[in-house]
Amino acid sequence: MLSYVIKRIGLAAVITVLAVSALFLIVHMIPGDPVSTMLGPRATPEMRAALEARMGLDKPLIAQIGLFFANMLRGDLGMDVFSNRPVTDIVLNQVPYTLTLILVSISWSAVLGIALGCYSAVNRNSLGDRLTGILSVSVIAVPAFVVALYSLLIFAVKLQWFPAIGAGDAGDWGDQLHHLVLPSLAIGLSWVGYIARLVRASMLEVLGEGHIRTARAFGLPERRIVFGYALRLAILPTVTVIGVGMGFLLSAAVFTEIVFSRPGLGKLVIDSITTRNYPVVMGSVLFSTLIFVASTTLADIINAILDPRIRAGK
Amino acid sequence: MAVLDIQKLSVSYATPRGELKALRDVSITVPDRKIVGIVGESGCGKSTLISAIIRLMAPNAHVGSGQVAFKGEDLLTKGEAQIRALRGTQISMVFQDPMQTHNPVLTVGRQMIDIQYRDALSKAEKRKRAVDMLALVGIPDPEARLNQYPFEFSGGMRQRIAIAMALMARPALLIADEPTTALDATLEVQIIKRLRELQDEIGCSILFISHHLGVIAELCDEVVVMYAGEVVEAGSVRDVFHSPAHPYTRALLECDPGHIKEKTRNLPTIPGNIPDLVNLPSGCIFAARCPRRFDACTARPAMAEASAGHGTACHLIGMEMTA
Repeated sequence: MLSYVIKRIGLAAVITVLAVSALFLIVHMIPGDPVSTMLGPRATPEMRAALEARMGLDKPLIAQIGLFFANMLRGDLGMDVFSNRPVTDIVLNQVPYTLTLILVSISWSAVLGIALGCYSAVNRNSLGDRLTGILSVSVIAVPAFVVALYSLLIFAVKLQWFPAIGAGDAGDWGDQLHHLVLPSLAIGLSWVGYIARLVRASMLEVLGEGHIRTARAFGLPERRIVFGYALRLAILPTVTVIGVGMGFLLSAAVFTEIVFSRPGLGKLVIDSITTRNYPVVMGSVLFSTLIFVASTTLADIINAILDPRIRAGK
Repeated sequence: MAVLDIQKLSVSYATPRGELKALRDVSITVPDRKIVGIVGESGCGKSTLISAIIRLMAPNAHVGSGQVAFKGEDLLTKGEAQIRALRGTQISMVFQDPMQTHNPVLTVGRQMIDIQYRDALSKAEKRKRAVDMLALVGIPDPEARLNQYPFEFSGGMRQRIAIAMALMARPALLIADEPTTALDATLEVQIIKRLRELQDEIGCSILFISHHLGVIAELCDEVVVMYAGEVVEAGSVRDVFHSPAHPYTRALLECDPGHIKEKTRNLPTIPGNIPDLVNLPSGCIFAARCPRRFDACTARPAMAEASAGHGTACHLIGMEMTA
């Protein structure tokens, strides 16, 4: 197990290096330059050269990347172009909001989706299964921002059950949770349908396997067969999909944070791109990348815990 | 008294083409402490028969008529809960493919302890029982191997584990569905020997399904020959193998590679195919492929005694008697 985890984390490190290098190049190719943005149109060539030197923009590209990695390892992602605060601080302030939003969204939708998927598979072709199927496909088809806008209209504006904007008072858990309901509904809703479909399919496959017949032939209670014997196998594809789905969750969080005016990485990225605030763009996209790599790695490790064959590399 | 007494059992499947009559009037008796073998080629209804006994039938299967008496009680009239109470305690199963038999993500120990869930024993006692049982089927170092996963065992080992699991509760009846088909020949012999010893020790009856005639001859006391969902011949292994009464049994024995003495390029086969079980022929089920077919074969033959305790469903029996 330990060797698998170490191998997997090593791979994650390699992926991170490649992704960050690619990211650096992409940001480098965005038209417009930070020096003009910072100094304005009336800057003298001397001022521009001085700032370029200070930011390392006068060095060759490869050296810039090297420098970036070296600084990154020290936790230094540069300075915000406007406020002159460390980018690491700015980004780290926003990460918890996005992470909480994503985790709450995927948690409730995974629990509900897995439950519905199991129900559908066990009661295959029943009325409940058909209804679940129709509902699942319907919610998969609705984009997160549509859910966000309509839930805002219905539950915040019309019924006024939930607040429309913001993330709630810092330190007040109840208030923060209250503010999380609509955004996490917007992000999680389609995942419920997606996970329900996925779990149903893999559960049906597992329930048809020989070892389930053995368990039944030994008179094990059906409940234990489904939840103790089959679910552990049926859940494997879902874990992987959620791990990789972190990318979709992050991009859904961008829309949702804008619609609900919530602080978070998404809002930060959009705001900093429109102002050509490169260090902040880099910092927030970097953190998104780290979150993504961490979640896929975590998914692999969870699968290895669930399935001994994966740990053994078979 | 017979442990298992199946009388006139008919099972059919609802298919898009119509009703597929997988079993028709099948009667099989498994006496106490005896091993009864069932032989027949693929599609003869062996698997349907097993699933009907332990009532793990496909959703589209339907029992038309007959009864399956286990220790004198008809299993077909029992409720789901009553049947489940018998499974794994009174009636156990060993399945064909040992690679598919065990849950791949749970340790062998966990699975062996789980199936004892009805017993009011401590976990340590259940574990002890599992260790003893594994030792009995010849798994070396059972204590440590209990913590391993199925993929860490070979096919032969897994089938021994399956046998250990099936016999742990000392059932009255063990149903073995081609337990050695997926194994190589040397392992097959080992498993058969072990099964025979264990049967003797535990004192259970075994219903042993196989298409391997040699294994049946080696292991079983009695044999039932099935063809296309019907019993065509039944009797002691000695009677059936030495003086087969039904043309199908004869053909089957002639095709057995173990029986062929001369060198040959092509192994013999029985010409023709098994009949369509949706549109059954009206007379004898084997008539279309039978080398000794005659006028009477347009009528369905009843089971008749070829000798004491040796029955066959063939019109030739009456002929040979009178001739």
